[in-house]
Amino acid sequence: MMALLQALFSPWTWVMAWRDSRTSRARLFLFSTTIVLGVSALVAIGSLGRNLHEAIQEQAKGLLGADLVLQSRSAFTPAMEEFFRGLPAVEQSREVSFSSMVYFPKSQGTRLVQVRALAGGFPYYGGLETAPASARDAFRSGQGALVEESLMIQYRGAMGDPIKVGNAETRIAGTLLKIPGETVAFATVAPRVYITMDEAEKSGLLNRGSLVRYKAAFKLPAGMDAPSLVRRIRPQLEEFRLSHETVERRQEDLGRSMENLNRFLNLAGFVSLLLGAVGIASAIHVHIQQKLASAAILRCLGSTVARSFAIYLAQAIGLGAAGVLLGTVLGLAVQQAIPHLIADFLPFTVAFKIHPWPVLQAMATGLGVCILFALGPLLAVRRVSPLAVIRGGELGAAEKDPAQWAVALALAAAVIGFGISQTHKWEQGLGFAAGLGAAFGVLSMVAKGLTRAARAWTPRSWPYLLRQGLANLYRPQNRTLLLMVSLGLGTFLILTLYLVQRTLLTQLIPQHDASRPNAALFDIQMDQKDAVAEIVRAQGLQVIHLSPVISMRLKSVKDRPIEEILKDRARAIPNWVLRREYRSTYRDHLTDSENLVKGQWIGTATPGAEPFPISLDEGIARDLHVTLGDSLVFDVQGVPVKTTVASLRRVDWRRVQSNFFVVFPKGAIDDAPGFAILTTRVESSEASARLQRAVVREFPNVSAIDLTLILQTLDQVLGKISLVVRFMALFTVLTGFLVLVGAVLTGRFQRVRESVLLRTLGASRRQVLGILLAEYTLLGLMASATGVLLAALAGWVLARFVFEVSFAFVAIPLLVAVIAVTLVTVVTGLLMSLGVTRHPPLAVLRAEG
Amino acid sequence: MQSSPILEVRRLTRGYPNGTATLTVLNEVSFSVQSGETCAILGPSGSGKTTLLGLCAGLDAPSSGDVLLAGRPLAGLDEDGRAKVRNDVVGFVFQNFQLIPTLTALENVMVPMELRAEGSAVRRTVEKEAGELLQRVGLGERLHHYPTQLSGGEQQRVALARAFINKPKILFADEPTGNLDADTSHRIVDLLFAMNSEWGTTLIIVTHDIELAARTGRILRLRGGQLVSDERHRMLAGGPAAPPLEAHA
Repeated sequence: MMALLQALFSPWTWVMAWRDSRTSRARLFLFSTTIVLGVSALVAIGSLGRNLHEAIQEQAKGLLGADLVLQSRSAFTPAMEEFFRGLPAVEQSREVSFSSMVYFPKSQGTRLVQVRALAGGFPYYGGLETAPASARDAFRSGQGALVEESLMIQYRGAMGDPIKVGNAETRIAGTLLKIPGETVAFATVAPRVYITMDEAEKSGLLNRGSLVRYKAAFKLPAGMDAPSLVRRIRPQLEEFRLSHETVERRQEDLGRSMENLNRFLNLAGFVSLLLGAVGIASAIHVHIQQKLASAAILRCLGSTVARSFAIYLAQAIGLGAAGVLLGTVLGLAVQQAIPHLIADFLPFTVAFKIHPWPVLQAMATGLGVCILFALGPLLAVRRVSPLAVIRGGELGAAEKDPAQWAVALALAAAVIGFGISQTHKWEQGLGFAAGLGAAFGVLSMVAKGLTRAARAWTPRSWPYLLRQGLANLYRPQNRTLLLMVSLGLGTFLILTLYLVQRTLLTQLIPQHDASRPNAALFDIQMDQKDAVAEIVRAQGLQVIHLSPVISMRLKSVKDRPIEEILKDRARAIPNWVLRREYRSTYRDHLTDSENLVKGQWIGTATPGAEPFPISLDEGIARDLHVTLGDSLVFDVQGVPVKTTVASLRRVDWRRVQSNFFVVFPKGAIDDAPGFAILTTRVESSEASARLQRAVVREFPNVSAIDLTLILQTLDQVLGKISLVVRFMALFTVLTGFLVLVGAVLTGRFQRVRESVLLRTLGASRRQVLGILLAEYTLLGLMASATGVLLAALAGWVLARFVFEVSFAFVAIPLLVAVIAVTLVTVVTGLLMSLGVTRHPPLAVLRAEG
Repeated sequence: MQSSPILEVRRLTRGYPNGTATLTVLNEVSFSVQSGETCAILGPSGSGKTTLLGLCAGLDAPSSGDVLLAGRPLAGLDEDGRAKVRNDVVGFVFQNFQLIPTLTALENVMVPMELRAEGSAVRRTVEKEAGELLQRVGLGERLHHYPTQLSGGEQQRVALARAFINKPKILFADEPTGNLDADTSHRIVDLLFAMNSEWGTTLIIVTHDIELAARTGRILRLRGGQLVSDERHRMLAGGPAAPPLEAHA
């Protein structure tokens, strides 16, 4: 090792490496481009991570809009208000938010929005941006509402137009452009309308059992530490069931999300780099095979093993350095594009700067991976016998170099190390490396199988061109392994992303079934349910389900009070399951989205005959660690209700209908206050709009969910996410293409004499191209088919074990992928080989040297 | 005049595994060569000539026996140790020239000295010496030509210049005229012997060319891996005529 380092630091080594590269510099430079994209991705993402971190630090206060925010699911009581007044705040505000329909009388449009009523000067940091700017003051002085820009566009709203929220009618004061700490993507899902607290009261929507959140925001005196204040008031926060948020906590949460995003992008970039490094390894392999004779001469003339090895290692370092430098320049340019891609997901603005440290890290990673991959083929130089100079042919020793194992181990350690450094979890880091290793392994095995099969089973009766093409798969210096790995890996990565996205969308989009509901009306007061059902029927629509909904919380599980369970640090039940508000129903039958999996369905009960036999969703029963016969006590708006688990159901939560974790028998809690949900099926967005208008006009408190709108919104958000994913996948695809071009070109250099010989012996250009066509078709076909199978397997594993949904297999796009990859391979292969057949044999022989 | 042996070969055997058996290519060969001697190793194809040359020059390790080159036993040396000996005391001329195709004629000649020492001053000296040597072999005008731009004879001249640049004590030539036409062969052989005489180097030529062998002072005949004769017919090589020799089958 010392000898190698010594040799590597010797100027003569570099002089010799430079001299020796004379005839192959252009070729080596071309191959260096295979790592350009991987390095550029890492450079761009490295700086992005630092920029995101800086933006979060710099805009910290603006992310929350206040120093401290306290939230509750129930209205603030006088005792809470008293507590708030006692806090050492310079200023404080209140915000009430809930989901409701907003009605635009001018365009007659209705839409489910997030209504926010604001009292006070919130936000204290970051500012509320409106158009015109004066609209903010108009809103604060009670002169109208602020409406999200997307709603203004959708319903052609203008300043001064009337809008109706529940029973309250007001005018649009202006357009809401930006609110601290919230993303454009969030606004797409839940557009916001800001009204005053008085209007919220007037709407009549605050006391109707629907989900309302209450928020108190505080501006603390300069220099006061919010986290220590939170520590001091923790007992009161627990007593009032108030959750809290501070700038520090928001920073942490955001930082974690951004880090996750960064890690994902980094891993995607690393995969691209690895694929490029495979291309480098292949180029070095071919290069070294051509240099073994020179290495033998050097050894014969007295060069030590380390010295001759160092010469070719220096060439590989030079090759890697060229790729890394190009990649860095490209990465710095790409860095300008990434913020636009993810801008909608960022609740803050990012100023883009070049950070030397992440750039250097990315460059070091690029060069390190490149050298590690190159080392494998380079080791052949160590085994060159000087005897080869007089013997010829015997250029390398037959036995395996033990250093190969060291290189393989170092490579595995590097990939695992990078995986762990990005995921921060050794299991995930190992999983990442194992997944990649498995993909490499399977593709290599298929390549080996293919070469063996081509050698063993090519029938002699097949046409000559086809037999020659097949023979190219196993001849010395063949590119079967390289093309299988690069094409297969590229296909595998892209299709895995596609299949996962498809699977998730299929889960979200219910199957087309004319009898299934696709619209829901909720927040229907119990005394309104018959009238609302009548309106639905009058529109010519069917009332598919009309379910009562009663809000309740758990009081005890298996006779243990919730407070006691929450204090138990060793408990296995998640927090949210114990603390959540259960929206339960009562009925005497199962719906078509439910299956009884355990116990006995009991549909009716006698009022007062506690404990009532209830039916639980099997998932929530698992989370609660309860089974048949176990007791649960619910707090139904102040009244304790005892129950026992009588049955467990499997619920299809994908259906747009009223599904429930807990179903009571009819007669048990029928008198409890609640509201109703009605589901129906509308055949068009016009029919949906007509229904919404009719219901909101009559009952402004009733909200509607239109599945078509949800799907549109979902499509928009997923579209933006998949754009980011595809952007990163593009690096891998383009790298795969560059590796393909490189592999074909190395093949061209290797095969040229063979083709020329064939032409000299009388083969036509067509025949030579025919041989290449057979070779590339088979390679493209096998690589893409293997990639597709691997992607299907990975998609299934991810669906089954990560997302826990059923895998959506799609045959046609996969078939298209196989054909497309094969076509690209064949076309690239033939285009890159055209030069060989276009010129007279002698000219080619001279040119190729 | 008898000097100390520059090459001493002791019971040299080289075998290669051949399935479960061992194929013995060279069997118990012993001889020694004095400094300044010219010697031909003569024998038919497959007689073990090239194997013997490889072992004598430290290009390969024997199965048994030992080689002492310039007084240094090669047996105890690893590959790098043997490389150092080669660089210090050995020069080579090969049948197929073995020039590095990416280096110019001048650079090819410089390599053995560059491997020995570094530094810009050394490089300048080496470059000067290499230039002079190429001048000596008649290629003063072709210093910066690549091997592919030179004829076979010219390439062998570059190889000769390279062989002498490190002032070797012993020069091994493996069929030096095997790839050349008759006229060129004569010129190359004349040059080889002239330079050898000029530099006082020990010369060992492996050949099956009897005429070439006859120009040396001593002929070692190999057959079936064994040394079958050792003939000394003149004290100095490069004389005008060679005695008749019986032809080999």
